Amino acid sequence: MTAEQLSKVFAALADPTRRDIVARLTDGDATVNELAEPYDVTLQAVSKHVKVLQDAGLVSRRRDAQRRPVHLEAEVFDLMTKWIERYQRQAEDRYRRLDDVLADMADPADMASPNPDLSQTDPDRTGGTP
Amino acid sequence: MTSVRTNDTQIIVDEHLPLVRIIREFDAPPERVFAAHTDPALVVRWLGPRNLTMTIDTWDCRRGGEYRYIHARDGEEYAFHGSFHDVRSNERIVQTFTFEGMPDSVALETLVLEDLGDGRTRLTGTSLVDSLEDRDAFIASGMEQGVKEGYEQLDELLAGL
Repeated sequence: MTAEQLSKVFAALADPTRRDIVARLTDGDATVNELAEPYDVTLQAVSKHVKVLQDAGLVSRRRDAQRRPVHLEAEVFDLMTKWIERYQRQAEDRYRRLDDVLADMADPADMASPNPDLSQTDPDRTGGTP
Repeated sequence: MTSVRTNDTQIIVDEHLPLVRIIREFDAPPERVFAAHTDPALVVRWLGPRNLTMTIDTWDCRRGGEYRYIHARDGEEYAFHGSFHDVRSNERIVQTFTFEGMPDSVALETLVLEDLGDGRTRLTGTSLVDSLEDRDAFIASGMEQGVKEGYEQLDELLAGL
């Protein structure tokens, strides 16, 4: 997925109505009419939202059926979940290193570092973004 | 320490607010967890990602103080800076966070330490940004980094732990 596509996904999901539409589509396909029901907005407005989701690759419209139901592209939608899992693992890696630091600190001798070396390279260190 | 790792990191991504919350418990009292965040000699040992050299320029962890650090790899440098808005011993650190590659973006980070007794501490870190888009990009940037580093290394690490 390119950076441009990613931006489209972010932009599409930044809108609460569109996130709500996506959430409802996880229950199954729905027509624009069905999607519009709970909202106090015009069909055209909902159509526009669907179009934005479609451009982002989050939903598709079935060509064959006359109702042209809106279908959630689960694979793209799962991206966010994957990002969060990834983020979680990176944070966990970081905090496991902190566990080790804390364990070392149990020995008071480690606490006093008269000449702290503020630059550290260790190829075995693991982890995530700050 | 050879104990089984049971302190899993929990991530909460709010549906309506542009924030990410991280919750993690540690087998150490709040004073120690706090010191590991305020003493640069300790910070440098755990904050930097894998295969990057972390260098701390400034780490003045007190109210009104500032920090700046650099992650470097293969001649590429990623610098981060911010200010410490509030630092309350063993309880709370509030700071701003900017990746200098995106100088217009700033996150407000609040770290709260909770004494669980028996020498344990619960850390809750909240990063608040401007928009849901920025928040999602924030999370995805971790993803990008992770892809660069390769899943193999991660699996290796997870298996080793």
